[in-house]
Amino acid sequence: MKRRVAALAVLAILLLVLPGFAGPYALSVATLILYFAYTGQAWNVMMGFAGQLSLGHSLYVGVGAYAAGALFFHYGIGPWAGLWVAIALCVLLGVAIGFLAFRFGISGVYFALLTIAFAEFTRIGFDHFDWIGGPGGMFLRVAQRDAWDLANFRGPPLMYYYTMLALTAGAFALCFFLLKSRPGYYWQAIRENEEAAQALGINTFRWKMLAVAISAAMTAVSGVFFAFYYNNLFPEQIFHISRSIEIILGPVIGGVGTLFGPILGAALLTLLSDGITEAVAALGWEIPGIKQVFYGLVLLLVVMFLPHGIWPPLAGRLGLRKR
Amino acid sequence: MPLDLVLNVVISGVLTGLVYGLMALGLSVIFGVVRVVNFAHGEMMTIAMYAASVLFAALGLDPFVAMLPIAAAFFVFGYALQAGLINPFITRPEHSQFMLLVAVAIIIVNAMLMIFGPDARNVQVGYQLESFELGRLLIDKARLYAAAAAVVATAALFGFFRFTLLGKAIRACSDNYLGAKVVGLDVKRLYALTFGLGAACVAVAGCAMVLLVEVTPSLGPAYTLLAFVIVIVGGLGSMGGALLGGVLIGVSEALAGLFIAPSAKSMFSFGLLILVLLLRPQGLLGRRS
Amino acid sequence: MNRRTFNRNIALVGAAAALSSFGIARAQAQKLRVGVLLPRSGFQGFIGQSCQKGADLAPGVIKEILGVDIELMHADTETNVDTARTRAERLIQEGAHVLVGPFDSGAAAAIAQVAEQRGVPFVINIAAAPQITEQGYKYVFRNFQTAIDIVRNGLDLIGDLFQATNTVPRSAVFMHVNDTFGQAMAKGIGALLPRRTQLPFKIVDSISYDPAAKDLTVEVSKAKASNADFLLLVCRLNDAILLRREMVKQRWDPMGIVSPGSPGMYEEQYFKTLGKLSEYSISNVPWYNPNAKLTRVVEKAFLKHNPKDKLVFHGLNVGFTFEAILVAADAFRRAKSVDPKTLADALRQTNITEKMTLGGPIKFNEKGQVEGIGSACVQNLNLTPTVVLPANAATAKPVFPAPHYKKA
Repeated sequence: MKRRVAALAVLAILLLVLPGFAGPYALSVATLILYFAYTGQAWNVMMGFAGQLSLGHSLYVGVGAYAAGALFFHYGIGPWAGLWVAIALCVLLGVAIGFLAFRFGISGVYFALLTIAFAEFTRIGFDHFDWIGGPGGMFLRVAQRDAWDLANFRGPPLMYYYTMLALTAGAFALCFFLLKSRPGYYWQAIRENEEAAQALGINTFRWKMLAVAISAAMTAVSGVFFAFYYNNLFPEQIFHISRSIEIILGPVIGGVGTLFGPILGAALLTLLSDGITEAVAALGWEIPGIKQVFYGLVLLLVVMFLPHGIWPPLAGRLGLRKR
Repeated sequence: MPLDLVLNVVISGVLTGLVYGLMALGLSVIFGVVRVVNFAHGEMMTIAMYAASVLFAALGLDPFVAMLPIAAAFFVFGYALQAGLINPFITRPEHSQFMLLVAVAIIIVNAMLMIFGPDARNVQVGYQLESFELGRLLIDKARLYAAAAAVVATAALFGFFRFTLLGKAIRACSDNYLGAKVVGLDVKRLYALTFGLGAACVAVAGCAMVLLVEVTPSLGPAYTLLAFVIVIVGGLGSMGGALLGGVLIGVSEALAGLFIAPSAKSMFSFGLLILVLLLRPQGLLGRRS
Repeated sequence: MNRRTFNRNIALVGAAAALSSFGIARAQAQKLRVGVLLPRSGFQGFIGQSCQKGADLAPGVIKEILGVDIELMHADTETNVDTARTRAERLIQEGAHVLVGPFDSGAAAAIAQVAEQRGVPFVINIAAAPQITEQGYKYVFRNFQTAIDIVRNGLDLIGDLFQATNTVPRSAVFMHVNDTFGQAMAKGIGALLPRRTQLPFKIVDSISYDPAAKDLTVEVSKAKASNADFLLLVCRLNDAILLRREMVKQRWDPMGIVSPGSPGMYEEQYFKTLGKLSEYSISNVPWYNPNAKLTRVVEKAFLKHNPKDKLVFHGLNVGFTFEAILVAADAFRRAKSVDPKTLADALRQTNITEKMTLGGPIKFNEKGQVEGIGSACVQNLNLTPTVVLPANAATAKPVFPAPHYKKA
């Protein structure tokens, strides 16, 4: 136990001081890693905790982003107020999807396809939704980039890095406490064997819905960050299925259901992607597409030989396993 | 809205839908029996389309003729893929299967990009731009032939599963995995066979599709999604269901495009999927498992 | 490992990293390092590779005409906005003094933010979304028409086309892709067409379609049913080919297919795939001036790098990508420094009259936008994109209506 706390502390300190010795590029990569770590963790709540495979999580990122973005664009409402609207909308959506799915007994692959359908439906819908700019996209005005303005969430890249770090740490802590709490045990029971859990008198419907709601709410925050970090939103990009896949890559590679898996997965994948690009360039193999082939091969190998993700065996090696 | 316009659009929707159904057929067979979520389905069809275009460019083979060798090659490819790569994943959780096939899909798409480059390829056969004229109705020749191929392929597959011993054995595996093993069926081999058959279907669909659509490396994902929509709507494991689902999607998209907005027509497919999932998850012609 | 060694190791790692990130700032005033961002893979791969040809020949030509040394650094945006952003960051990290690219409006918006944040000039080669130069950026420059400019020029050229061929079409059916570009164009047409009272036609139906659609039967059926005189089309390459084929299958022969400004019909694939069917399609697009002196120089270099290819098939892509780099090099020549702020100031003073593309001199207004870039009416004649208007840049006469026109 002490080892785990110590390791966590070292990691936290490293991440806190990272900007001190990382250049702007490394900082932007680090911010991206944390973004995927956080969003992956949010997805992990639905999948790893409640066992529901969501392949349309980009829906919540998009709705969250557009909700806060549109309020800012049309009415000048700042991100902190917009945040609550975003969360509310996403929770509503998540609960609706969850309700429809669980009520009608849809699970497994069918649930996954349902989530894809909702995301795609929304993508095309937003493409025809002129109030938020339609396919032309929504561009948010950036007032300034120099001073830290947390109220309007405008500032230098450093601010965004620390915000994302705080979010990721918060998600980690939240999940840690959730797992240890009553819902956590119920989720584990449901994940292992839903019928048995029901037989024991657990209201599986209620707890599954809670997981969906929490996951959607967390992802909404991710969307709001996205909106104010990137400052332009296009339905084709933000709701696209490839984004949903990006979100789940981290947790699946890192380790679904584990606390640290999504973070490790996000870090490894981003570094892998960058690393392959550099290696390919250094070797002079500048054929378009070759980088993604290598990336796919690595994914393949990890999925084949490390079915529970990289974190569980790694944790064992580092002696950080739970006893 | 003039009647002949609506009729033309509906007929075209039906024909296109049949070809979509053919594409989904392979997935229905694979998903229905092996229960593997083949997210590389569209990509496999893309390979078939490239193969057809290459054979056409090199040997002048009409895609309908090329169907036979390509389907045979794909059978072997599918068999090998299942036996070699996918088999251990049958018992793994869905997200693992999904990731595996997503990785395979990424590799295929980019390998195609590396080999063939980003430019679109196609075949140019003589009858490709011709249509049959029936009064005010114009029926696209290539589409009609492709739809005919779809129906023939479906019938052949149906016959195989209904009347041959092997087909029955495969159906047994899908109906009752444990029971099949108890009875002594070599389930692993049968699964591989099924995957091979599914792949062969995809190959036939690809050869038909290459007459209608140009092939680019990134063509796959949209068709994978479409195949899933059709399979769910039509019913898992049901061959007629795949065709029916395809026709339903084809016609509803066509009508939605005609009366509402063409750019939003895919919304209707997904809307239909959501409705089917909620109201009749086994699909229109599927059986409740 | 005890705490002392641990701390020492951390300190060493930190020092090494800090030193490495400062390593770039060595004085390199002799060469301008231009970071070229283009989609070389992904959905827009073929366009990116076309633009790349314009980039590849740039150093040689620029050395010849300006006597300035430039070094290109390439990055693939992979048709992905996130990748565009991180690649841009990476290029800046590796010492790019100026960024050029990226063909796509979404990627341009992302890179613009990075450029603005890091204070590195960014010269956009091709991207039409008007908002990009409306954000008050100081480091973003665009030598390309906005969608509004494209529409305005396109409509004017259509009027010229009708005059030159003595035709008076009364109706048009407007088809357009429903993506960033198509929507911007549709908006522009909606705003500008009603005010162009000298144009004789009205739009009788407007059909938007999904650029990724593989089946355009319904769309063409609707268009045919409108009985319009000609087709006004805003498209991309693959759907243009699909549409043309579908028109043949449905036996629809309008007076012509005229684009007020979009890619597709002048690209090599269109000719290769459609053969004779590609004839007579018209695209009113920003284009290079076939008679300009600089064009000859670029064409020679193009043929040297691509002996089996013809410049005319890559006119727009090569022309504007080359010019973007030219603009950067010209600013460098005047600034005599690679300091980004100095370069940006020099860019604002740009005034290039000896250029390759049509229109007035390259001069940036206070928003970083060049005004007065010209368009040409490019018609497919003899399987080649041919400039037919304006008359002073034309190499052939326009053909309208198309010979196979059958009144509906």
